Amino acid sequence: MTSYTVPFDSAACRDAREVGGKALGLAEMTAAGLPVAPGFTVTAAAYRDFLDENGLHDDVRRVLGRVDPDDPATFEAAERELAELLGRAPLPAAVAAQVRRAYAELSARVGLDEVSVAVRSSATAEDSAGDSFAGEFETWVDVVGADDVLAHVHRCYLSVFTGRVFSYAAERDIDLRSVEMAVVVQKTVRARSAGVMFTLDPITGDRSRIVLESSWGLGLSVVGGEVTPDRYEVDKVGLTLDKRVPGDKRVEYRSGDRPVPVPEDRRTRLCLDDDEVLALAALGRRLEKLQGGPQDIEFAVDEDLPRDSNLVLLQCRPETVWSRVKRAPAFDAGAGLMTWVTSSIGTGDRMPTRAGDGEGGHRHG
Amino acid sequence: MSATDNSRFPFFNEARTPEGAEGWESMYPYFLVPSEETREEENSRFWFADTMHWSRAVHPFDSIGAEAVYLGAGQNSTRIFALPTALGLDVRVVNGYVYISPIAVTDPEEISRRAELFQKRAGYYYANWDELYGRWKEKLLAAIASMRELTFAPLPEFDPIEVVTEARGRSVSWDLIENYHRLTDGFFLIWQYHFEFLNLGYGGYITFFQFCRQAFPQISEQNVARMVAGVDVLAFRPDDELRGLAALAAELGLADRFAAYSASPASPASAAALLDELAGTENGQTWLKAFEKAKDPWFNYFAEYGFTHDQDTWAGNLSIPLTGIARYAAKIQAGEDISRPVARLREERDRLVAEYRALLTEDEARQFDELLNLARTVFPYIEEHNIYVEHWAHAVFWEKVRELGDVLVAAGFIRERDDVFHLNRFELDTVLFDVVESWAIGVPARGSKRWQAEIERRRGIMAALRSELAPPAYGIPPEQVTDPFAVMNYGVTTERVQEWLGAADGGDSRLTGIPGGPGVVEGVVRVLRTEHDLGLLQPGEILVAPITAPSWAAAFSVAVGVITDIGGMMSHAAIVCREYGLPAVVGTGFATARLKTGQRVRVDGDSGVVTVLEEAGA
Repeated sequence: MTSYTVPFDSAACRDAREVGGKALGLAEMTAAGLPVAPGFTVTAAAYRDFLDENGLHDDVRRVLGRVDPDDPATFEAAERELAELLGRAPLPAAVAAQVRRAYAELSARVGLDEVSVAVRSSATAEDSAGDSFAGEFETWVDVVGADDVLAHVHRCYLSVFTGRVFSYAAERDIDLRSVEMAVVVQKTVRARSAGVMFTLDPITGDRSRIVLESSWGLGLSVVGGEVTPDRYEVDKVGLTLDKRVPGDKRVEYRSGDRPVPVPEDRRTRLCLDDDEVLALAALGRRLEKLQGGPQDIEFAVDEDLPRDSNLVLLQCRPETVWSRVKRAPAFDAGAGLMTWVTSSIGTGDRMPTRAGDGEGGHRHG
Repeated sequence: MSATDNSRFPFFNEARTPEGAEGWESMYPYFLVPSEETREEENSRFWFADTMHWSRAVHPFDSIGAEAVYLGAGQNSTRIFALPTALGLDVRVVNGYVYISPIAVTDPEEISRRAELFQKRAGYYYANWDELYGRWKEKLLAAIASMRELTFAPLPEFDPIEVVTEARGRSVSWDLIENYHRLTDGFFLIWQYHFEFLNLGYGGYITFFQFCRQAFPQISEQNVARMVAGVDVLAFRPDDELRGLAALAAELGLADRFAAYSASPASPASAAALLDELAGTENGQTWLKAFEKAKDPWFNYFAEYGFTHDQDTWAGNLSIPLTGIARYAAKIQAGEDISRPVARLREERDRLVAEYRALLTEDEARQFDELLNLARTVFPYIEEHNIYVEHWAHAVFWEKVRELGDVLVAAGFIRERDDVFHLNRFELDTVLFDVVESWAIGVPARGSKRWQAEIERRRGIMAALRSELAPPAYGIPPEQVTDPFAVMNYGVTTERVQEWLGAADGGDSRLTGIPGGPGVVEGVVRVLRTEHDLGLLQPGEILVAPITAPSWAAAFSVAVGVITDIGGMMSHAAIVCREYGLPAVVGTGFATARLKTGQRVRVDGDSGVVTVLEEAGA
């Protein structure tokens, strides 16, 4: 029997082709002993069988064939048509049964009848290693009950064919028929605060920095740009907190359905304390070493958990912007040491003057 | 400050002479004093106060330092190594304070011509660094030894008989003249040696720094410095001696005696009393033996920096090292481990290097290794040379000039030995000739009355000059400060100069400088104008001083933060603050003038900002 669901802590959840980047990251973090909320992945096989059993492959090819990358109007028509087709098609019975069982097991594991979960898309594609599909697909939180979980898995499938994904794929020359949708189902974190961490500085590309952005409640407000989050900058090497910039956090998601206003007195108050920032940064540094490159990580501080174990990593994926940039050393390797020295002296504005002024990065030689 | 606008600093000819200091110009050699003849040139340039070396107005004789330093700097930059973009630093004395002006090369053709020479010449030094540095130490020690051998004896009534029996044909009185010339020659020689390696040392370090800045745009200067800095360098040795002596005192059960010593105000008299008392017990004698052993050469160490004659050395004022020892002894009694954590520092340094290196590509890592190696090769010179030059050589030099003072006192020419420092080096040469020739002829020295009166006048001028602080700059600032010395050693950057200009007109609760040592601390300020006030510093206070010197280390063990008027990342204040883990902001320009003892401030050693939080007594 095909296995349509795999828990994060099983070896099968490390098969990137079947579980997608997001689930792979969670499985790897789980395997490394990093704090990850428990959950399981609905594999790409389930999506494939969904298309197969409903005979949707031809329809998809036909509709996609009408999409003109240069004409956004065709995106909308295609989205409508595919939503209609895929929405009408039921999930295969075997898939539904396995998802129900996996959900029941997850609930039992955390001691609940019906655990509240987040349902996230985890796209897989043969050639998408470097493509993050950042924020292109949907995520839902606070999904409760097997029926609702199944409904959201179904919605994930539909989200492959939306207008913004068409344009994202068109820009990168990705054939959407090669994209398959695995789905992550994960215990919802009761987030006091949550946000995003980059294990390099996304502005300067500095690999020795870790930058966190965080707001009250679930991370949706940060990812969705609904608040100005707090910003924290950490020196990755010394693991020192160099900068805290309080944001303006007007709303928070206490649950996934809607934002609520943040009381005045908490809006500009930092939502992470120094210890939490440094502990998160330490996790980020570990994760980067584990994955062999800079990471883009979502995290939360769970208010239900005790202080020393309240940090939860929700997902990680390779950082894609700076990681693509080809890096060359500061000086022309062929020119020789004395040329390097000569070009370095007598350029006072670039000499050691002050730390962290962010105006470095000059090229010489 | 009387600048009419914010685009420039006052010109020299607009400087106000402090009341009572009128005629100060006559005390210094003409070429050190701004003049009508050179005004146009002077007013076209930018001059900043070198309070890092001369934190107070200099006596006429002490201006020999300003001559020697900028002779050596110029020779090596301009003529020997041909730095491509920088010639020497021009120098003037204004109201007693030393001002310098970097001379830049801007013509591209000239720069490339010099670059070719530089690569060849500097390349030779980099390629043979360790060997040449080894030779440098020998040269320096030999130069110090030959200054030490010079004697200045009072003139006898008759020449000794040997002058006759050895048929010398030359009176011993001429030794006075010759040895004086040899002494000043030795001083100038040592300052040429000083700059033989310094530019090149900075060059090696800067190249590594720039590599790091390109690879890690936000890397802190502290982390670059920490990857390079030595752990066991000479610069820490005097302080290590104090720690060792404190540990020995504790071991011998003498800690209580030192606690009692530090309870009363330190003075040469109380120091003498302590040493007397220690001599009375067996353990005390054991301790004194170790103390005596440490003295030479480690107490030939200035409490500040050795650039003015009136600074104490530890050996000259034993209450300074004894206070330091007592402070460490108190820490031992309180159960603290005072040993410098050498193993931990070394480990930290290796970890830092390994972690940065792991973030690099292979190509980058290769270059990183090569440049780190270069920086580490040259850095010991940057860290160690002061011990040889500013401490050991200067200690001998000032002492010899004092001996010369004794000769003049014996000749009835001046009243006290230190009066000799009220004559500049050319005047002293003249006076010595007068003394020797008058003695030879058999008449009273012809200038004694006139010079005694002049010294009296100058005493008043010096007091008036020293009652005021030096404004940070004069003249027209450049669009970009490009001189490697100005930037690295003095912390005078384009940005800093703009801030000085902005700050010139008034109060602000914020001062900015160079981040010298990482960390943030809040505390109460103690403003110290000279090292003589060091005893006033209370535990937990933030030390504010024109500069700080390595020899203030014992004070660093009670201060929680440091702020200075001048100094860059590579200044000694910064190096030592990093070593002691003290947050520091250096090169603020105005800290001693703006901050008041008792104010509560925040020192942000990461960003280089000092913020006044509360006024004194608030």
